[in-house]
Amino acid sequence: MPKLIKNGQLIDDAWQTLRLAEGDDPAGVNVPAGQWLVPLAVWQAQPALAARGDVAVWLAGDDEPAALTAGLATLALIAVNFPAFTDGRGYSIGALLRSRHGYRGELRAIGDVLRDQFDYLTRCGFDALAPAEGKYTDAQLEEATRQLQDFSEPYQASVKHADPLFRRQRRAA
Amino acid sequence: MYRYDDYDQKLVDERVAQFADQTRRYLAGELSDDEYRPLRLQNGIYIQKHAPMLRIAIPYGNLRADQVRMLAHIARTYDKGYGHFSTRQNIQFNWPALERIPEILAKLATVQMHAIQTSGNCIRNVTSDPFAGVAADEIIDPRPWCEILRQWSTFHPEFAHLPRKFKIAVNGAKDDRAVIRCHDIGAEVVKNAAGETGFRVFVGGGLGRTPIVGEQITDFIAWPHLLTYFEAILRVYNRFGRRDNMYKARIKILVKALGIDAFRAQVEAEWAHTKDGPATLTEAEVQRVAACFVDPDYAELPASDAAFEAAKAENTPFAAWVRRNVRAHKRPGYAAVVASLKKTGVAPGDITDAQLDTVAELAERYSFGEVRVTHEQNLVFADVRQSALFALWQALRDAELATPNIGLLTDLICCPGGDFCNLANARSIPIAEAVQRRFDDLDYLHDIGDIELNFSGCMNACGHHHVGHIGILGVDKNGEEWYQITVGGRQGNDAAIGKVIGRSFAAAEVPDVIEKLIATYIEHRHADERFIDTAQRIGLDPFKLKVYGETKTAARKVANA
Repeated sequence: MPKLIKNGQLIDDAWQTLRLAEGDDPAGVNVPAGQWLVPLAVWQAQPALAARGDVAVWLAGDDEPAALTAGLATLALIAVNFPAFTDGRGYSIGALLRSRHGYRGELRAIGDVLRDQFDYLTRCGFDALAPAEGKYTDAQLEEATRQLQDFSEPYQASVKHADPLFRRQRRAA
Repeated sequence: MYRYDDYDQKLVDERVAQFADQTRRYLAGELSDDEYRPLRLQNGIYIQKHAPMLRIAIPYGNLRADQVRMLAHIARTYDKGYGHFSTRQNIQFNWPALERIPEILAKLATVQMHAIQTSGNCIRNVTSDPFAGVAADEIIDPRPWCEILRQWSTFHPEFAHLPRKFKIAVNGAKDDRAVIRCHDIGAEVVKNAAGETGFRVFVGGGLGRTPIVGEQITDFIAWPHLLTYFEAILRVYNRFGRRDNMYKARIKILVKALGIDAFRAQVEAEWAHTKDGPATLTEAEVQRVAACFVDPDYAELPASDAAFEAAKAENTPFAAWVRRNVRAHKRPGYAAVVASLKKTGVAPGDITDAQLDTVAELAERYSFGEVRVTHEQNLVFADVRQSALFALWQALRDAELATPNIGLLTDLICCPGGDFCNLANARSIPIAEAVQRRFDDLDYLHDIGDIELNFSGCMNACGHHHVGHIGILGVDKNGEEWYQITVGGRQGNDAAIGKVIGRSFAAAEVPDVIEKLIATYIEHRHADERFIDTAQRIGLDPFKLKVYGETKTAARKVANA
């Protein structure tokens, strides 16, 4: 079973990710039994999915996080997809979901998620990190969990640090 | 100058450990080339023609003597005995071995230096006025604001993977000496009518493939909102900047596509949520940083030093150097000195380990232990007593750093070009040298007067050719090196992009072409009129006519325009 890092712990991941192929109709695509992460378009086109309890939504870089605000309090999991680890839109989406829209459930990074991004992802509010299956061995992921925090006192305010360093700590002149 | 506290030091130390681990994993085959590339770039490492190049950050161009000595040590120990100051006030080493770069970074950390975000698609080193704090036309010292921006942009978790690189420049004087209108964000520190400090902000400027002069996004943002406002700009860019085509990914393309008014509206809508939030600057933080930039312990001196005046009268070479390389200072009896890194025969901006050691020693002896790097690739001793100028000149002359050519044609800006850089389409250093040799007559050079000649080896424009009064751009035509010439670009308050004069030239023709452009200027100039002013008054046609002759058709064949 694939693994993910949740709140710093390595755990099994039972969720599967549904991706639309070219030409798929979001309203008509079948979401099989089991735990599924579905694209925003499917989530919006099939309102009945929300009642299933085992379906959650993933956002693409060009999706608008504000589109989820209505049901945000009831969502237990939102994933943000990184099509390439160099595509940084997901950081802003994560930060917006947490700080602007007040989302408190699991926020998961999926797609091309690499261990060298973990520090930035965590600071932008992601509490679940799901590198592609087979990308890392369990031992490598265990090692990487120790690396969730590269920088002990970052300068900026972020989801993780509500205040910037200059408000967090007293800095001597 | 800013000095690290424990928090700054710890971050840099943690970066050294982080990057050492990343490099270890890369060398062990755990990280692919594609995965390692952004990590090494955000630590200033390019893979170049001969070896990796390491670009070390010099925040807004400020260096202390102990840091300069460390650069000398690195040049001597890990490189071939020299370094290259870049047009963004950084220094580059062309020959270090990748395996030893973690060790170099660890040594840099011991003198409060690093290579963080000197490359990659992130917020780069903030640049500024090399005469900050000493210029008579200064309104507000930009350096504390640069340092505040440096800290805010360092490892910002949301903006490490932007669509493209992002450059910020800050100026705080009447004259813009930081090319702020040609940056992704350019900020001018100003006072409003009520006397409050704030920022006039330009956005979407830049050189490169699509040169654009930035547009004003706001005429005044009060200082407490500096970071929240910049964060709003960056967030809009990070989310909506193009990622499908790297040549259209800079913020300037987004600003142009939306129009400045629509872009401003998006930024302000974003800012409305974060304004007055935790990232709002505090008086205490600004004072803490500003305390590092108070005036040094100046002596009370007469406005004019008699011995200095006498030396100028007696010694013609000294007087020539003073005329070109010494600038007025806000304090009586002091001067700012520009050490030229533009001696003909040396690649512009290059400096040896021995010269670096000399610079460190001279900074300690004559300029409160500090030195600045200019974006024109020279060095500035900002606080020199007039009475010390003669001794400083002699020492600089012995070190071959006293070429009296600042602001003259041979003080040209030049990127490393095809001799070193993988991106280059053409070599720049040898052609720059050929131009310098053509204008080796000092009297003629002084007669030509103030002129800026900027040279880039490719359209990435590291040599800022678009804003040179004369610009030279290396282009590739079927595998051959050609050079396209522009006239009429300028930096400063009236920043403008130069216009291509016509078809491009072979390397050997370039000195002739420059000579014809200068001859055209000499023919048409009014008394005391600078090249750029003549060019603006008479337009391109007289230059084209001189260069291409009467055959108008030739001028229409514009290569790579």
